[in-house]
Amino acid sequence: MKTDPREIALLEGLAKNDRQAIETIYKQHYNMVQSLIINNSGSVDDARDIFQEAMIVLYEKARSGSFELNCLLKTYLYSVCRRLWLKRLQQQQKMVPDINGLEDLIPVEEEIDQHGQRSSAYQMMEKAMMNLGEPCRSLIDAFYLQKKSMTDIASFFGYTNADNAKNQKYKCLMRLKKLFFSAYKNNNNL
Amino acid sequence: MEDVQLMDAIERYLRNEMSPEERAHFEQLRQSNPDIDQLVVEHTMFLQQMDQFSEWKNFRSTLQDVHHQLTDEGEIKEGAPKATVVSLLRKYKKVMAVAASIAGITTVLIAGGVSWYTRQASNAELQQLRREFKIEVANKKNEVLDEVNAKMSKAPQNAELISGGTGFLIDGKGFLVTNAHVIKGGSTFVVQSNKGQEFRAQTAYVNYNSDIAILKINDNDWKPHTILPYSFRKGNSELGEPLFTLGFPREEIVYNEGYMSAKTGYNGDTLTCQIGVPANPGNSGGPVFNKNGEVIGIINTRLRQAEGVVFALTAKNIIRTLETIKREDSTFKSLKLPANTQIKGMDRVQQIKKIEDCVFMVKSY
Repeated sequence: MKTDPREIALLEGLAKNDRQAIETIYKQHYNMVQSLIINNSGSVDDARDIFQEAMIVLYEKARSGSFELNCLLKTYLYSVCRRLWLKRLQQQQKMVPDINGLEDLIPVEEEIDQHGQRSSAYQMMEKAMMNLGEPCRSLIDAFYLQKKSMTDIASFFGYTNADNAKNQKYKCLMRLKKLFFSAYKNNNNL
Repeated sequence: MEDVQLMDAIERYLRNEMSPEERAHFEQLRQSNPDIDQLVVEHTMFLQQMDQFSEWKNFRSTLQDVHHQLTDEGEIKEGAPKATVVSLLRKYKKVMAVAASIAGITTVLIAGGVSWYTRQASNAELQQLRREFKIEVANKKNEVLDEVNAKMSKAPQNAELISGGTGFLIDGKGFLVTNAHVIKGGSTFVVQSNKGQEFRAQTAYVNYNSDIAILKINDNDWKPHTILPYSFRKGNSELGEPLFTLGFPREEIVYNEGYMSAKTGYNGDTLTCQIGVPANPGNSGGPVFNKNGEVIGIINTRLRQAEGVVFALTAKNIIRTLETIKREDSTFKSLKLPANTQIKGMDRVQQIKKIEDCVFMVKSY
């Protein structure tokens, strides 16, 4: 089956973090996912979490470049959300009822495993950043995430010159790396 | 202090901010000192992680943003009204179950009583009644049909129907493939779509040895299909592969499903294969599809003395035959088999909807 060119365009937009595309997908499919989750003992917040996680799966897939959507976007999102929700129910050790609705229309097991690994790495990074404390967190954020130049950072944070800022950034970086890699190793050992 | 400069150098190296000489110098250093090399590798990985993390964070905040915006605009509504019904259902599940089982038991008792009282007389009579009923209806239907047929049908006047089967399009221009035995002995052929529309057709190719025949629809009412939903499977099929068929064992199109039973046909014939799909007279010439909507064969025979043993000509065999006749006969020059299946990944009902317009009943007079 050929994929609808409009859906291909949406995926391309999504890969570029294009707000218009995200809004369109959101509008078209959120309600379907929400009723799936709520009808299967989830809350509104669960529905939002699951839908957004599925959007991230889709985003990662779209960015990988090798992704071919061989079904409707709706089917894909539905299958991913259903899998994610089952997984979460299992983690909470709740009784897993037969999730109502259609059966898994397409297998998405692999995607979700990959996504799980990636997202736990992101969460570790987020935690490491949180534990870093100020001013390190803002400094790292400005340099590595917002990609500001060292001179801008120096003037913004009130360092006398770029070298001073660099020294401070170096110390922060070392601490962040230590925090992140120790969490990473622990997690892999488990 | 040295560490700071080293890290600075590594970062400039990774960002391609070094001058060519400095870069060459650094690469040399990297080769001679495994510790530095290790540090570069580690930092590369870390930076990648940071980049991805940053994208992930941005994307998540966009999602949250969009969510709030759409909720504010009323494009999406949080909370579903269905939930109350579901919770009510849960609450009263037990009560409902008890009520349902009481109702069930009562029904069974009443039905049992009724059938016990009426048992003696029923069997023979009922069957008789049914038969008469059937004949009556058939007679009535025939009267009507004859009337209509006389006006409408494309069947030749006063000609008797010799045999019938199934055929399906292999080219949207109106080439159909069916079994040679379906059209054996006939002189005029009419194909009928599932909607009941009839088209006159002529034989374009018949080979009784391979049991393949090609008909060409030759009718002014015929509207060519631009694209066929299915294609032909070029490779081999695997044992146990799920299959489905469409055919005309009745006046109406009939769907059946099953699986690939054996790769060879009767007595080890490699031009055919065995499938586990129910088939009846009239199914001959019908297409056998795999789940992707690729034709893997054409039903042609079944074993008389065994139940459920059906043979189909393999798609490979058909493709080869078509290629041969294309080379030898110029009338087939324009014949082109569909290259790709259009219905892969669809659910079965949708697939059938697409396919059924391309499967025809073949009537031979």
